[in-house]
Amino acid sequence: MNLLLRLGSVALLLAAWFAGSHLLGPRLLPAPHAVALAIVDEARSGALAFNLGVTLLRVAASFTIAMALGTVIGLAMGRNSVVNRLADPWLVVLLNLPALVIIVLAYIWAGLTEIAALVAVALNKLPIAIVTVREGARALDPSLDEMAAVFRMSGWVRMRHVTMPQLAPYLAAATRSGLSLVWKIVLIVELLGRPNGVGFEIGTAFQLFDVTRILAYALTFVVVMLAIETFVVQPFERYTSRWRIRAA
Amino acid sequence: MLGEISFALANGEVAAVVGPSGCGKTTLLRIIVGLDRDFEGSVVLPAHGRLGVVFQEPRLLPWRTVEDNVRLAAPQAGETMLTALFATLGLSEHRRHYPGELSLGLARRVALARAFAVEPDLLALDEPFVSLDAALVERLRVELIELVSHRPTTTLLITHSIDEAINLADRIFLLSRSPARVIAEVPIERPRGTRSAVELAVIREKLRAAATHQ
Repeated sequence: MNLLLRLGSVALLLAAWFAGSHLLGPRLLPAPHAVALAIVDEARSGALAFNLGVTLLRVAASFTIAMALGTVIGLAMGRNSVVNRLADPWLVVLLNLPALVIIVLAYIWAGLTEIAALVAVALNKLPIAIVTVREGARALDPSLDEMAAVFRMSGWVRMRHVTMPQLAPYLAAATRSGLSLVWKIVLIVELLGRPNGVGFEIGTAFQLFDVTRILAYALTFVVVMLAIETFVVQPFERYTSRWRIRAA
Repeated sequence: MLGEISFALANGEVAAVVGPSGCGKTTLLRIIVGLDRDFEGSVVLPAHGRLGVVFQEPRLLPWRTVEDNVRLAAPQAGETMLTALFATLGLSEHRRHYPGELSLGLARRVALARAFAVEPDLLALDEPFVSLDAALVERLRVELIELVSHRPTTTLLITHSIDEAINLADRIFLLSRSPARVIAEVPIERPRGTRSAVELAVIREKLRAAATHQ
């Protein structure tokens, strides 16, 4: 039943796409099979795999930087009120800077380089990661901290077995919202200042008014991100909450 | 909250601190294990000062199995020792369970196992049997006696129950109402488990008398 509903919904979307293509003409909205052919063409030439790969690497690198820094800073802010008071104004500034401003400034200050691109994306994701992890750090159970203290658990054991499991739901939330945010910003960064990647290809297609190619790249990338969500993020979440499922 | 309190435990001795609820027994325990530093005075722990603590609530890590909960607190514990410990406490078939799957009685046992697994120089128990039914308390008492006699451990038992104290302890410190101080110190010569009902009744009367004449 669930599957049927899903399939029905996808079929409806395709039907609407066909109808729209008929109304607007193939130049403004090419039909689904034209886009499918374009995907096959790009895949054959190797350009699709290359650009997807480059973009995915950028997503992975900037996401990792943002999550690692965000976890450290968020934990420090959540557990220490002095650090929190010191860092909070910076956080508010960063939270409210438009993504475009950060990207443009990064390119101006560091040149049109890979580093500038990655830093710009990571800086866009960082404040949200910090806020989420800080929330988690504030909810840490002090009675478990005391337990760890009297049993003289090492810093590493405490982090790995006492603190991190309590943060897991918050990290999962930050990962979810983070991945979708990061890949969108990576495309903008590529459009503005990188010579390759999905964003660059879409930028080129835009200049040539090539809607087929825009859709071909966008759809493939959405599928890739869906696959990551289904085969990486969700299994990881199931693993970290295995004790909850069995307790039910 | 606490008045002037001073006492010392001999090596391997099981002492019980008994007092009315709200007199600061838990605070006393927190001071001794170093969780509460807002006090005047000094606490001298045994040479290596390894602590095993059983809190009023089990305080287990819900996301780790029973076995991992014990091993994380006692990384040095050997397999033979753990197997024996789990067997004594009736936890053998629960090693792979998560705390959320256990009853309160079982969770308390895991907390006991964790405290014993570190082979503590001082074992501190804060009302370890509170809110369990009588039959279960009796079983746990027997298990605790078995563990302490198997490996003599300097133990401090905090409790509001005189019965619990006279069944388990070698020496009983009776605390007054807040601000608490020691109003009676009652040694019990005969070893645990061989105490007759008459002897226990005599000690109980002694403690009652001390409590009312404070």
